[in-house]
Amino acid sequence: MTNPADLTLVEAATALKAGDQTSVALTEAVLTRASLTEAAVHAYLTIDRSGALAAAEAADRRISKGRSIGPLDGLPIALKDNMMTRGVETTASSKILAGYIPPYDGTVVARLREAGAVFVGKTNLDEFAMGSSTENSAFGPTRNPWNLDTVPGGSSGGSAAAVAAGSALAGLGSDTGGSIRQPAALCGLVGMKPTYGLVSRYGLIAFASSLDQIGPLTHTVEDAAIVYEAIAGHDPLDATSFPGPAPSGTERLGEGVSGLRVGIVNELSGEGIDDEVLAAFRTTVQRLASAGAEIVELSLPSTATALSAYYLIAPAECSANLARFDGVRYGLRVDGGTVDEMMSRTRADGFGPEVIRRILLGTYALSAGYYDAFYGQAQRVRTLIIQEFARAYEQVDVLVSPTAPAPAFELGAKTQDPLSMYMQDICTIPSNLSGHPAMSVPVGLSATGLPIGFQVMAPALGETVMFQVAAAIENLSDDIGRPVLEVVAS
Amino acid sequence: MKWEPVIGIEVHVELETQSKMFCGCAVDFEAEPNTNVCPTCLGLPGALPVPNRKAIEWITKIGLAFNCSISERSQFHRKNYFYSDQPKNYQISQFDVPVCHDGWIDVTVDGETSRIRVNRAHMEEDTGKSIHVGESGRIHSATETLLNFNRAGVPLVEIVSEADIRSAAQARAYAQTLRTVVAALGVSDAKLEEGSIRFDANVSIRPTGTEAFGTKVEVKNMNSFRSLERAVDFEILRQADILDQGGTIDQETRHWDEGEGVTHSMRSKEGSSDYRYFPEPDLLPIEVTDEWRNEIAATLPELPAARAARYMGLGVDADSATSLAGSDALTAMFQSSLAAGAPAQVAANWLTGEVTAWSRRAAIDIADSALTGAHVAQLAGMVAANLLSSTAAKEVLGYVLAGEGDPETVAAAHDLVQINDSGALESAVDQVIGENEDQFARLAGGEDKLIGFFVGQVMRVTGGKADPRAVTDIIRSRIG
Ligand SMILES: [Zn+2]
Repeated sequence: MTNPADLTLVEAATALKAGDQTSVALTEAVLTRASLTEAAVHAYLTIDRSGALAAAEAADRRISKGRSIGPLDGLPIALKDNMMTRGVETTASSKILAGYIPPYDGTVVARLREAGAVFVGKTNLDEFAMGSSTENSAFGPTRNPWNLDTVPGGSSGGSAAAVAAGSALAGLGSDTGGSIRQPAALCGLVGMKPTYGLVSRYGLIAFASSLDQIGPLTHTVEDAAIVYEAIAGHDPLDATSFPGPAPSGTERLGEGVSGLRVGIVNELSGEGIDDEVLAAFRTTVQRLASAGAEIVELSLPSTATALSAYYLIAPAECSANLARFDGVRYGLRVDGGTVDEMMSRTRADGFGPEVIRRILLGTYALSAGYYDAFYGQAQRVRTLIIQEFARAYEQVDVLVSPTAPAPAFELGAKTQDPLSMYMQDICTIPSNLSGHPAMSVPVGLSATGLPIGFQVMAPALGETVMFQVAAAIENLSDDIGRPVLEVVAS
Repeated sequence: MKWEPVIGIEVHVELETQSKMFCGCAVDFEAEPNTNVCPTCLGLPGALPVPNRKAIEWITKIGLAFNCSISERSQFHRKNYFYSDQPKNYQISQFDVPVCHDGWIDVTVDGETSRIRVNRAHMEEDTGKSIHVGESGRIHSATETLLNFNRAGVPLVEIVSEADIRSAAQARAYAQTLRTVVAALGVSDAKLEEGSIRFDANVSIRPTGTEAFGTKVEVKNMNSFRSLERAVDFEILRQADILDQGGTIDQETRHWDEGEGVTHSMRSKEGSSDYRYFPEPDLLPIEVTDEWRNEIAATLPELPAARAARYMGLGVDADSATSLAGSDALTAMFQSSLAAGAPAQVAANWLTGEVTAWSRRAAIDIADSALTGAHVAQLAGMVAANLLSSTAAKEVLGYVLAGEGDPETVAAAHDLVQINDSGALESAVDQVIGENEDQFARLAGGEDKLIGFFVGQVMRVTGGKADPRAVTDIIRSRIG
């Protein structure tokens, strides 16, 4: 029998409904798994054992009375530690927020709580979600359960590793330039970033406000669609929240790809992409064609400048978003002779080097005399990308590319070379700049047994067709199975 | 004059909306420190702003009252600077596209009216308040700083004039006119002493007859219209002195010291000149459709300038009309006095004269006094009927304001009604003549200065209630 920690959300929900499982047993199973794997993987910063078990007991009471409140009721889920959880420490993996206990739940957390989800704990990330390996954490790196010498990707590497290792059945991440999709690819999971504005950002520690979106990390496309549906929808507390109803995620999951037009973005599917990743990509495209999709090759030249534009816009926004961490009202305070000195010392001591690098970059990009050449130019590139994608979606239903340029790399391999780290997001960044939805689906393993992801992108509010194509890819691909961790096996 | 002053005024108006600009916290300055706060106005991690629609409506109202164009889509920007009472270390403000732009108001000084252009009125949020604890209460010697965030996030409208103002008196008149309009709109309590309306002046001078602007100096910390006028005057003279001696003006911010009557250079905050404005990504553009703008325009009350013109049409002099129109309480009292039948100019004189003076002396708002429009009409009637001397009328008004009753009751109670009965006056005169026959003979013999003696004696006998002119006439008739 499958260990309950290795169930999908749908399987677990079915078992709960049938009375074959209890929420407490599921929660105990993932907590036990965490107790075995955490020393090696370090997916979590905080595990809320008592909170999780209390929520599980409440869910079991509901379910036993036939009053289940939906498909996530009683299911153990991991939250990235940049989401506000009332009463549970939230740090964004930064020393500057060590010990910070939020007085409120973010909207997504509140919605999942109301949906009956059980929060296992708060997962590790690159500090303030800035990074692609989860090595930039003030509390130590997370390791990839598929190979402990490699990184899980980032910045949502903690949630990805937790789900891959079975210390949660699903996880939430946030995606500013690929921070859900790239770790999903590296950890063999489905990872999805919704259309900008579909999921509330209220209670998410902002990195780059115009790019950030919360989304699921799961074992299956259907699981991702279920979590997406639970968290999406208008929120009056987020002024950028989309006012209409969110598109369905689950509606057309079984409908295949026959007759759909699938566009290959040439610029994202050649240069700079690892051979094995490219081979897996091509195989998947062929399978889609065999399944009846019409394959169209497209050129989106503006994507070549997306990375540069992103590394001006995101740091510019973060330089203002992170200004509030000043030692005055909460978090770390390093005293000084004057208030200004106290603020400077607090920030110099509290932020890690990558965060400081981006704040400096952003401050510079916004400075008088440079604004137009940097931030202004980046916004013009962004407009161009939006227009180019909009035109592409007149010709195709979805666009596809590899998710990450290569499978997981070894810890430390890129920490001294920020630019090569930034290249991790070359395929994922355009969808953040355009605000369009995108997701990663696992399509195979490399020769060394590391997962490879495949990215499906869709136009704004195109979630339904995106999930449809992703589900088809999942069906057409060989199951990559689960990572084998010695600590669990023995 | 060798130098011509060039002055622009920046005004910050705190809107008295129920809730703050970007969160649901109450706007309440009386509350215990840090009780009207939430994740958003405290700048907690993850919190987001949601704009207050009422504030957008009210700034549009302000813009329309100042004859501004209203932007159909305007943009919030972040203004970045670190300060401990600013929770996010950026202020949500507006930059290149404000809600209101290109307006004007007319300002009158000594009977001369000038049109002052309004460059813009934009929407922003207020900061918290710092209280520096230490010997002097000043930041540089403070041992501790206490922070109160009740004010953080209160909607603030900044109204920026063009540099069209040419004298300190005109600067004062502009500020007063602006305050009057804002108060009339009912969007702010517009109290200088409480900081709900705050004025800064940009002052430069240039040789008279030239066009190019001189170096401008920003003057802050004026807490009254008088101190605004004094500060601008001082600054004009200070700059003229420097230029006369061949010096140059530093572009800087200076602090008005009310006690010393001078401006001091403020220690400049380094880097503060570059606010690194960029569009606020947490907020969509502010949309004010034509339809909404028209709805708002329909709610505009009669503005002071129009009201004053209407009063002048009733025969009220210009100064009194402006004073009446500029105060809600006076306007209300004046209207009800007219309704009760008081002549316009007489009521205007009482209200802008004695009543206003009493209100200042007693520090009681006219609206809170016992006086009614009916009282004003009755008082005016008694003076017209020669029942009260003007001196007695002032006294009666004082008792009415003090709540003793209506003018007739009060005049009777204090025995202030004039004796208009000619028989009574004649017998009083005859009594006095009978008691002073020698003096009367001298008066009749041509010693005219004695008339004063007789009038005085009659006033004594009547307890001061006789009309001296009537008494004089009777005495003369006795001389024959
Ligand atoms: Zn608030």
